[in-house]
Amino acid sequence: MAQLAIELILLRQWASYLALPVFIAGADGKLLFFNEPAEALLGHRFDEFDEVPLERLAEIFVTTDEAGAPVSRTKHPLGVALLRRQPAHRRLHIRGFDGVTRLIEATAFPIEGQQGGFLGAVAMFWEAHKR
Amino acid sequence: MKATLWGTRGSLAAPGPETVRYGGNTSCVEVRSAGGAVLVLDAGTGIRRLGASFEPGLKRVDILLTHLHMDHVQGLGFFAPLFTPGMEVHIWGPSSATMHLRERLTRYLSPPLFPVLLRDLPCDLQIHDLMRGELAIGPFQVSADLISHPGPTLGFRVSEGGRSLTYMPDHEPALGMKDFPGPARWMSGFDLAAGTDLLIHDTQYIDAEYAVRAGWGHCTITHAFRLAELAGVKHLVGFHHDPSHADEMLDAMAAEALGSRQWPFRYSPGLEGATFTIA
Repeated sequence: MAQLAIELILLRQWASYLALPVFIAGADGKLLFFNEPAEALLGHRFDEFDEVPLERLAEIFVTTDEAGAPVSRTKHPLGVALLRRQPAHRRLHIRGFDGVTRLIEATAFPIEGQQGGFLGAVAMFWEAHKR
Repeated sequence: MKATLWGTRGSLAAPGPETVRYGGNTSCVEVRSAGGAVLVLDAGTGIRRLGASFEPGLKRVDILLTHLHMDHVQGLGFFAPLFTPGMEVHIWGPSSATMHLRERLTRYLSPPLFPVLLRDLPCDLQIHDLMRGELAIGPFQVSADLISHPGPTLGFRVSEGGRSLTYMPDHEPALGMKDFPGPARWMSGFDLAAGTDLLIHDTQYIDAEYAVRAGWGHCTITHAFRLAELAGVKHLVGFHHDPSHADEMLDAMAAEALGSRQWPFRYSPGLEGATFTIA
């Protein structure tokens, strides 16, 4: 596999030091990296994964809105960042690998590299407090 | 293809009796094609002597700048071809997110830092923004890619006739990595270095120095060895020596890095004036 762009490599190093779950997806929508806090949600270590298409991630995470309605991939902040190349933020319920449903705030933004090249998107999850 | 090191020092020129063998001039490498075409990698203080060495009749020089830190551009204003009417000089280097290369260069090559304006130079000067990608310069094929160093910084792979030279003088491939070198896909500079015949690479620090200078954009000689091994490099040249490292220390760094192990590549410490034939 070819080496990734430096912007993505440096994002991975940054994410690996954060205590909140971070997901990095490539421009083609494949999940390239997730950090240790994200591993806890997924129930898998990053080293165990090949690149995961975004559709597969939706299967792993059961995602609903605050009213309990399913959230499609295109409405998920990471999907918005990837497909529309716009930043997005949303409160969601996710049920991770451990079966626990959590209320989170998800923020995602597109990665625009040097010369405006679109390289993918980053999503971060925060545990949210009920309103 | 032949490469000559005109400046091997990093960060700051360091002339003096303690640096005579490795040299005190900052980054500059001349690459000559088999047919005599000239490519210059970086314009540190070593470029002054290079400019004075050119044969009469040379019509074109191309300079590739990895980045615009002072130790890589300081010699530019003292490069004789810039002051030669009719000489075609092309400068290729990184733009930033907000400025073209020309604007970035004029921050240095203008008063009060320098008395001569770029527009007043008598040569035929052409300045080109260059980021990641491929380009042909005369007989050379050049691959450029962004690498890990503060600010937009390029590494180059120069090829001619199936042979290649890779130049990454300022490079911190281990930045933030817990288990260096890790997988190739996640290593800055890997594609440029993979299988290259000659890799001229940052070897600025020893491990103890890196421990307190992580994030400054450089690596240890150990990092360079590991990168060269992973990338299948044939010949590694240590480069960008710290200005505080005297000749004896640089000898000791090389000896310690080589150790008793049989590395799968040849290693040469970068000495100012050294020439490498890549054939």
